[in-house]
Amino acid sequence: MGLLKTFTAAATVLAIAGMASAEPVKVGMITTLSGGGAGLGIDVRDGFMLAVAQSGNSDIEVVIEDDQRKPEVAVQLADEMIQSEKVDVLTGIIWSNLAMAVVPAATAQNVFYLSPNAGPSALAGQGCHKNYFNVAWQNDNLHEAAGAYANSANYANSFIMAPNYPAGQDALTGYKRFYEGGLAGEVYTQLGQKDYASEIAQIRASGADSVYFFLPGGMGIAFMKQYAQSGVDIPLLGPAFSFDQGILQAVGEAALGVRNTSQWNKDLDNPANAAFVENFQAEYGRLPSLYASQGFDTANLLLSAMAAADVSDADAFRAALEAANFDSVRGDFAFGPNHHPIQNIYVREVIKEGDVFTNQIIATGLTNHSDAYAADCKM
Amino acid sequence: MTLIIEQLLNGLQLGVMLFLMAAGLTLVFGVMGLINLAHGSLYMVGAFACAAVATATGSFWLGVIASLAAAAAAGAIVELVVIRRLYSRDHLDQVLATFALILVFSEGTRWLFGSFPLFLDVPAAFSGPVTLPGGIEYSRYRLAIIAAGLLIAVGLYALITKTRLGIRIRAGESDREMIAALGVDISKLYTIVFALGAALAGFAGALVGAIQSVQVGMGEPVLILAFVVVVIGGIGSVKGAFVGALLVGMTDTLGRFLLPVFFGTFMDPSSATSVGSALASMSIYILMALVLVAKPSGLYGDAI
Repeated sequence: MGLLKTFTAAATVLAIAGMASAEPVKVGMITTLSGGGAGLGIDVRDGFMLAVAQSGNSDIEVVIEDDQRKPEVAVQLADEMIQSEKVDVLTGIIWSNLAMAVVPAATAQNVFYLSPNAGPSALAGQGCHKNYFNVAWQNDNLHEAAGAYANSANYANSFIMAPNYPAGQDALTGYKRFYEGGLAGEVYTQLGQKDYASEIAQIRASGADSVYFFLPGGMGIAFMKQYAQSGVDIPLLGPAFSFDQGILQAVGEAALGVRNTSQWNKDLDNPANAAFVENFQAEYGRLPSLYASQGFDTANLLLSAMAAADVSDADAFRAALEAANFDSVRGDFAFGPNHHPIQNIYVREVIKEGDVFTNQIIATGLTNHSDAYAADCKM
Repeated sequence: MTLIIEQLLNGLQLGVMLFLMAAGLTLVFGVMGLINLAHGSLYMVGAFACAAVATATGSFWLGVIASLAAAAAAGAIVELVVIRRLYSRDHLDQVLATFALILVFSEGTRWLFGSFPLFLDVPAAFSGPVTLPGGIEYSRYRLAIIAAGLLIAVGLYALITKTRLGIRIRAGESDREMIAALGVDISKLYTIVFALGAALAGFAGALVGAIQSVQVGMGEPVLILAFVVVVIGGIGSVKGAFVGALLVGMTDTLGRFLLPVFFGTFMDPSSATSVGSALASMSIYILMALVLVAKPSGLYGDAI
């Protein structure tokens, strides 16, 4: 388990005169590579390493470790990376509870933390930190966009459902923040629950005109399959996490036509994204997911800052990160005052391309959207 | 009213699935005195075998046969290679060794099939809803699961009470040394019982895999419920496992549905849902505690 994997980017180009960054940057990546949520961590890692390899930058060294989705393991790894490995930058954590355990301590020790996924509200508002940057989203964002989309789709009676844990409660709060209609029902399920017969019966009896659900990973697969079998045909709406490339194939036909919200999709029309989708497929033999795109953007943000400033000059490096001077696969990308993205969030629909289930963008849910907590952040 | 009936059917369906898991667990404990934490891994093996074969051949039924064969084979191999050495050890050693097996199975499955969930859909003949008398729409596949589970319960009852193998199993439960002394090949019996329990778990994994998700680690949450069932029913009792499984299935399903409604009668909706769902997730453990207070060895367990 304690196997240490060190990836060193292949040195293809020798240091060219005039390149600002001569000083190597050591990156510690703590992510989930085993257990139930491993697919997400593997995608983030592969996206990140693709960007590093493509840059040909030999001044970046990445140390990758598996947190097994356990907060205590993540904390231990972070201590080891900061104290023994002397990393300059930490990244990689997928889950909000792990991020909450690691990030405040790491940023307090003057290490930069770039989040490729988790965006808990506590780190976006009063708990924000000058060394913490979130490259993905604040947790509520995709749910807010879904609420906004529900209004434009004239849904007036939603049944909403999420697991009973902090991110689940944030999800329903986020949806209700923008959604203007009434609620046919609000249900919290158990975290890790796999049988939704009881909830589906309640949906059937509720008279709702739409169902909004946040059930990441296997929970979503189980719900979608059971919902398709139940004969209930109320339209479904969810965040991208339940309709990601990694799990869509496991859901199959049951997901066709479902609307979901995401800040990225493979058909976003910009050159960086087209190249990313093509190169990721060539390198790994599968379509990139949302998480892979976030890993890729995180690495490119870091590389852009390295080109502009030395990591030893923390203030300059931080300013270079804040500038976010890189070509995001999402198109326009900027940081808000709390170091969380200001970005468009799109509405996608699940389609079938040949034999592969994937998403296509059908609308824009929210434009240049920030988050509800930025005002509480005093940096 | 239709909502209540639908929920009762849901409880019954969850109950018979739990029975398939708990039957093997309780048999293995009753006959060999072994606590097998790796039982959930055999459930996972069944689901993965079914998904892999169903995807390769296009037939769900071949997948189900494969799940029985793969889980039984995995069970037999594990018994011959590892479990056999544990019978004379104390329960702590058994728990440690079978916990290690969970890790071996999980990482082995990941190594073979990757980290992403596999696809397994219900067979076309059982897909979609069916209208029951009284106008209740219910999933055809869930009805089929209920029927299959009840059939297996009857079959298991016949096997244990009416066949020679059943006689040996019951004899093994009451006195291991004596039936060995009578010339029964006890180690072969152990392998058969273990493989039988594994096949039931694998079958459950395949059936449930089609409506849930086939992924690494899918067995452990079910294993916890199966242990609750075994404890409620009385350790070693297949009849107890059946009654316990139905009780747990009903309590869990109805608790999730009724508790939030109940709290909603005197609380505002959002706190009612959170209090109700928190209590619902505890309901089966409360049930277990109540049963143990009334009958410390479970409903059908031998008095301690």
